[in-house]
Amino acid sequence: MAQIKVDGELIEVPDHFTLMQAAEAAGAEIPRFCYHERLSVAGNCRMCLVEVKGGPPKPQASCAMSVRDLRPGPNGEPPEMFTNTPMVKKAREGVMEFLLINHPLDCPICDQGGECDLQDQAMAYGVDSSRFWENKRAVEDKYMGPLVKTVMTRCIQCTRCVRFITEVGGTAELGATGRGEDMEITTYLEKALTSELQGNVIDLCPVGALTSKPYAFQARPWELNKTESIDVMDAIGSNIRVDARGKEVMRILPRIHEGVNEEWISDKTRFVWDGLRTQRLDRPYVRKGRKLQAVNWGEAFAAIAALLKDADPKRIGAIAGDLAGVEELYALKALMTGLGSPNIDARPAGSALDPKKGRASYLFNPTIAGIEQADAILIIGANPRREASVLNARIRKAWRAGDVAIGLVGEAADLTYDYAYLGAGIDTLVDLAAGRNDFAKVLAAAERPMIILGEGAVTGASAKDVLALAAQVAVSAGALAEGWNGFAVLHNGASRVGALDIGFVPGRGGLDTAGMIKAAGSGKLDVLFVLGADEIEMAGLGDTQVIYIGSHGDRGAHRADVILPGAAYTEKSATYVNTEGRVQMTNRAVFPPGEAKEDWAIFRALSGVLGAALPFDSLSGLRAELYGRHPHLSRIDAIEPGKAADIRALAGDTAPKASYGLVSPVADFYLTNPIARASAVMAECSQMMSGLKEAAE
Amino acid sequence: MLSDQDRIFTNLYGQNDWGLEGARKRGSWHGTKDLLDKGRDWLTNEVKASGLRGRGGAGFSTGLKWSFMPKVNDGRPHYLVVNADESEPGTCKDREILRHDPHHLIEGCLIAGRAMDAHAAYIYVRGEFMRERHRLEAAVQQAYDARLIGKNNIHGWDFDVIVHHGAGAYICGEETALLESLEGKKGQPRLKPPFPAGMGLYGCPTTVNNVESIAVVPEILRRGAAWFAGLGRENNTGTKLFCVSGHVNQPATFEEEMGTPFETLIEKHCGGIRGGWDNLLAVIPGGSSVPCVPGETIRSAHMDFDGLREVGSSLGTAAVIVMDKSTDIIKAIWRLSAFYKHESCGQCTPCREGTGWMMRVMERMVRGEAQKREIDMLFAVTKQVEGHTICALGDAAAWPIQGLIKNFRHVIEERIDAYTYKSTSDGAVPSVAAE
Repeated sequence: MAQIKVDGELIEVPDHFTLMQAAEAAGAEIPRFCYHERLSVAGNCRMCLVEVKGGPPKPQASCAMSVRDLRPGPNGEPPEMFTNTPMVKKAREGVMEFLLINHPLDCPICDQGGECDLQDQAMAYGVDSSRFWENKRAVEDKYMGPLVKTVMTRCIQCTRCVRFITEVGGTAELGATGRGEDMEITTYLEKALTSELQGNVIDLCPVGALTSKPYAFQARPWELNKTESIDVMDAIGSNIRVDARGKEVMRILPRIHEGVNEEWISDKTRFVWDGLRTQRLDRPYVRKGRKLQAVNWGEAFAAIAALLKDADPKRIGAIAGDLAGVEELYALKALMTGLGSPNIDARPAGSALDPKKGRASYLFNPTIAGIEQADAILIIGANPRREASVLNARIRKAWRAGDVAIGLVGEAADLTYDYAYLGAGIDTLVDLAAGRNDFAKVLAAAERPMIILGEGAVTGASAKDVLALAAQVAVSAGALAEGWNGFAVLHNGASRVGALDIGFVPGRGGLDTAGMIKAAGSGKLDVLFVLGADEIEMAGLGDTQVIYIGSHGDRGAHRADVILPGAAYTEKSATYVNTEGRVQMTNRAVFPPGEAKEDWAIFRALSGVLGAALPFDSLSGLRAELYGRHPHLSRIDAIEPGKAADIRALAGDTAPKASYGLVSPVADFYLTNPIARASAVMAECSQMMSGLKEAAE
Repeated sequence: MLSDQDRIFTNLYGQNDWGLEGARKRGSWHGTKDLLDKGRDWLTNEVKASGLRGRGGAGFSTGLKWSFMPKVNDGRPHYLVVNADESEPGTCKDREILRHDPHHLIEGCLIAGRAMDAHAAYIYVRGEFMRERHRLEAAVQQAYDARLIGKNNIHGWDFDVIVHHGAGAYICGEETALLESLEGKKGQPRLKPPFPAGMGLYGCPTTVNNVESIAVVPEILRRGAAWFAGLGRENNTGTKLFCVSGHVNQPATFEEEMGTPFETLIEKHCGGIRGGWDNLLAVIPGGSSVPCVPGETIRSAHMDFDGLREVGSSLGTAAVIVMDKSTDIIKAIWRLSAFYKHESCGQCTPCREGTGWMMRVMERMVRGEAQKREIDMLFAVTKQVEGHTICALGDAAAWPIQGLIKNFRHVIEERIDAYTYKSTSDGAVPSVAAE
């Protein structure tokens, strides 16, 4: 600990603290533009200058100078810093004036207006008049792709965006060219940024130089209703804030959660909001002849009742998709149980994950924050960059911080960090489990090894064997130690862990996803409930009557015989359990469009029509029952840890029948779910990334 | 007055052989091993005792700087980096060393390297110095061939000298920007602390010295610290290369004792001021970045660090720019402002924005197209830049203007009066720029 006097108040702070941190600890506010706690220190804006005693006689950048850099006084008095002296005031006013002389006075037409650091700090620390009579600098706008809009004249060269893209994003596509006042932030050759996290530069930019292109001129921050919620675009469960005006979601921003997304979100999370407005199912439909006809709820329920009237319960099934909340899964499961059908599943076809094998067998046990403690990481059959970009940034963070050896089995891809490519498929995994691979030694030598198992690894013909082999690797590498469980399953669907937690898997003698699709194709299934599961093979469903419950007119709705319009994740309060097992809850930001209802309520209403009424009449009633059976779901933001013994049990004998390459199921980051597929912005990004579309400008 | 025996750079004008043989005749590489064998502490203390102050402009004690290098090696290599990025306008001393007396520098590198436990020296040569670099590289090769440096050399201290070529940015003469550039990055100054002695080139302990500071070391050690300390004035000892340019009869680079009065310097080496002493307007005594001094003040000033501080300026690199009364002093300073605006790296706010602002106000003042209150505003802006930046370029851009305003305010005011005198009844002034 080090002692320092801040504005006369003596405080004690850890040795590594900077002056800025010390000032904050003492409650003194220090303005800043370039400093960001998650990026490297640049010290170039000079806004955080403070006066020090025990150091150089000039004002010092408090973000860059450490408490240790100050010397004690001649009689051992603690060093002093001042944040409110005339010298500091003058320094701040000076820097503020310099920043403003070349900054345009276009606040009325600037999207940053109302949430602009420069505006706020000019009010707080600037002077009220200008002494600058020369012409202002103008800078040509740069093209950065379909997501980030640039007005470079507003740039104050803080280089936060450059540091973010280089350090966190891992794609060094931004930089500064030119010198002095001609220094410009650019993508060099004016190409679109390729990072999946590029949207974060919009939040980082303290001025209106980088703003959201899709959101341009859409709304002012003070017009928006802000709702804290959870993202469902991947299984990370990024904490978000949904900003809505009236009945429309206008934008989505990240919230800070150190355990999950720090303060980043992926571009899909951020820019998917235009997909919430288009292709919406806003009324029930029933297929009459070859055409879907709009009907009212009563008619739709009557049609379903007619379908189910004489149906054999064994010939009914339900498949849930990636976006379903725990509540609707629970309601659907209860409905199916009431109908007497064991055929329910929420896993992708061919998944080897099984809740009977214990919760640890399907969780990201070391937790996302735990990635930073890992010293060796083996990635199997996953492309974390495409499947969970924010989690990938965490791996990159660990890799940048020091010695973490990373190995990959599966598809080779640019993951923004170096890794040892071990092989494509199961053969390599067999070698690893048998200790015949060099990386097995790396894992064994590691103190906290981590084995990340992607969905591409746990689905497929030999998925069970892959799971067992991965467990063997984990056991032999010592990944199951006291206080460390390095067995990590990386899911792709936000619904997956919640569904496994409540046992939304086939009952005794029931069919799983693949089984139901096969049965449907061969005429052995009469009715299939599809709860937002648009990723299954619709063409193979044969003549089965499909009841689609979901929010968007996507693949499922096209195939459906009855459509019941549901609510998207911004329109309901629903529980989601992320890949590490963290229970989180969304909040309603806007109401579902038209006649659409919350999904759990649809099942409750339908159960009444079918004469097997579910025993709850409200969301709180449903939750009371849910929490009674699965108490861990009531503990919001907590992780119920899995047992290491489950992993040991998983590591049984294996004899893989087939060897094949382990391929990530996410081929296109931008188009993984119905909402994203309805988004024009995501479509443009997808085209851009696949090279179908050249840069627009 | 420096006697010929006391000269260190005896081939400054290149009349003799620059190569190894010639250098040896002039005393270089003589008894180097004996010096090295005296050990690290002796070398550092001897340089400290000589009173040698850094010749790159700041005037920090060279021996003291060396002593900041870690005493105990923690496994990281130590580096000596020689700053041969001589770009300060008016300065042309290192260039003469590089092309005419390169072995002084190479021998100095070896000795300085020994004094800081470094086994490698990087010499960062200014981008525009093509011939100088070729000459230096040839001299380094000679030293390698004669096994004076390199692995298993005759001196028993493994030492490599690497000549690196800059790309011509003034800012790369700043020590940390130089290190960045040397590492292959964009030349932008680093934040200090950490200082290079703790974390410099590639994160290893590094000392950055000017060419002249290193090149004088072998002679100082051979002749003894007392000899060097006996020259010049107290605290400003030894000899120094002066580069006099501008309105003197014979502009020249020459070696002279520190503290020599300005008048003696000019009369002895430069044939006097063009048009006589009465024609002297102002002098910038230390390279473009120090404040100018009016002619009458500088005439008797001692040309060393403390002597020039007394007249409100600084010795800098000892590049003396003499201006007679034919000079438009406002335009001259404006030109320097333009230089700093062009060379600002753009990293930190006050320098990036301030240099351009100052230059533009100066541009108007050259024409007189300004208000008199703007003189004070300009002064305030220079104060707002000075001391608020990461490196000293902000200070360097501010000081010439401060010197101008302090010493030649009346000239600016007269210019403004002359301009407004031409204004018509509605206040409009026929633009000079339009002519």
